[in-house]
Amino acid sequence: MNNSPSRTPGPTGPRRAPILAAHALSKSYGATEALRGASVELTAGEILALTGASGSGKSTLLHCMAGIVEPDAGAVTYEGRRLDGLPEHARTLLRRTDFGVVFQFGQLIPELTARDNVALPLLLAGVRRQAAEQRADACLERFGVRGQAASRPGELSGGQAQRVAMARALVTEPKVIFADEPTGALDSLASEQVLTALVHTAREAGTAVLVVTHDAQVAAYADREVQLRDGALVPEPAAATATARVAGDEH
Amino acid sequence: MSTRHVLLGLLAGGPSHGYDLKRRHDARFPGARPLAYAQVYTTLQRLVRDGLVEVDGTDADGGPERTRYRSTERGIRELTGWLGEITPPAPHVSNEIFAKVVVGILAAAAGEAADPAGHLLAQRAAHMARMRELTAVKTAADTDLATVLSADYALTHLDADLRWMTTTAARIAALTEEITTP
Ligand SMILES: Nc1ncnc2c1ncn2[C@@H]1O[C@H](COP(=O)(O)OP(=O)(O)O)[C@@H](O)[C@H]1O
Ligand SMILES: [Mg+2]
Repeated sequence: MNNSPSRTPGPTGPRRAPILAAHALSKSYGATEALRGASVELTAGEILALTGASGSGKSTLLHCMAGIVEPDAGAVTYEGRRLDGLPEHARTLLRRTDFGVVFQFGQLIPELTARDNVALPLLLAGVRRQAAEQRADACLERFGVRGQAASRPGELSGGQAQRVAMARALVTEPKVIFADEPTGALDSLASEQVLTALVHTAREAGTAVLVVTHDAQVAAYADREVQLRDGALVPEPAAATATARVAGDEH
Repeated sequence: MSTRHVLLGLLAGGPSHGYDLKRRHDARFPGARPLAYAQVYTTLQRLVRDGLVEVDGTDADGGPERTRYRSTERGIRELTGWLGEITPPAPHVSNEIFAKVVVGILAAAAGEAADPAGHLLAQRAAHMARMRELTAVKTAADTDLATVLSADYALTHLDADLRWMTTTAARIAALTEEITTP
């Protein structure tokens, strides 16, 4: 992890140029319109929560922004470059170097130890084994699961497995983390530990995070919330800022 | 919350002055409104009147004289009785947000400038802003457990409001029809 100072770009902070932007994305699966003109911007270092009812298109939007799914229409721009339309191998390479992904079920490789799971992205990037294992251990330490380094995923609790998955997503020091319901399978205490570790690590490293969740308590870890409804972003209510200020003043 | 019983609880550990009781209350319940000293004083007076607390003595320590209070046997019985009582699982049905939605629908139907659906969105933004503050407090490195749990309590309740607002927003057209159909 680098040592750039942590920052909290609040919802009212100055908007900087986005590191990642989705513009008017549409995506259909057969007759199902998963996205209909969804636009969202992620600023460098920002933690953004994407919320909405189940089926509203959250995962599809995350997949499009991470370059995993190609939208039918619209543009995904990463650091000023179009991501959609890039050949698959170029997107895979970018995902490996600049992005980290965590899903609801960590999707760790069951045959590998926690340490090897976390070291894998580094090995794929050409880091030598010894260095990769050292960095994996340091990352496991940050997430409080250094003691489980030699365990296989089947031997871990849900919360531990998810922290290992987070460590794997962050070990390459990506610029953007995509997390899709990362605590959906955890109880609230495990969820709190996983999210606290994620937020602290991301802030220290200046990593931007797009976290998809239907849970407001998870969304409250983010700097900002955007809501999806029927495949499009819910426009921000005009009165929201004023109301938020009134509520904040009471405390 | 029953200030009487909280004070009885704080006195269970031994005699104390009114000011110390206030200070300990505020330290134990970091998320609650601090007790006003006048409230501590009147509550102690009532507890003395009801025979649950008695005067233990006075201290001066060179400053103004301060009365020391202690719990009586009856006070202890009252306290343990209260601790065993089940709190009625009453939801906050006198919900101001719900009232604003219903009244907003009526006002909008009467041609007034009211937007209940927009209001729910704005209210959600306010709830989320408060939840972010509470989450920041509870995840700060040096936060004590009492503060974490108090923040959790508030977060869980705000979350419950939000869930209700989400389902209500999704059904606002049907609610409007029900309310405005004579
Ligand atoms: N691979 C897929 N094949 C077919 N339908 C899909 C696929 N992925 C998503 N959908 C549909 O698209 C809509 C949006 O899904 P999704 O993005 O997963 O929503 P969310 O994550 O908000 O629950 C849903 O109706 C879903 O059934
Ligand atoms: Mg999903």
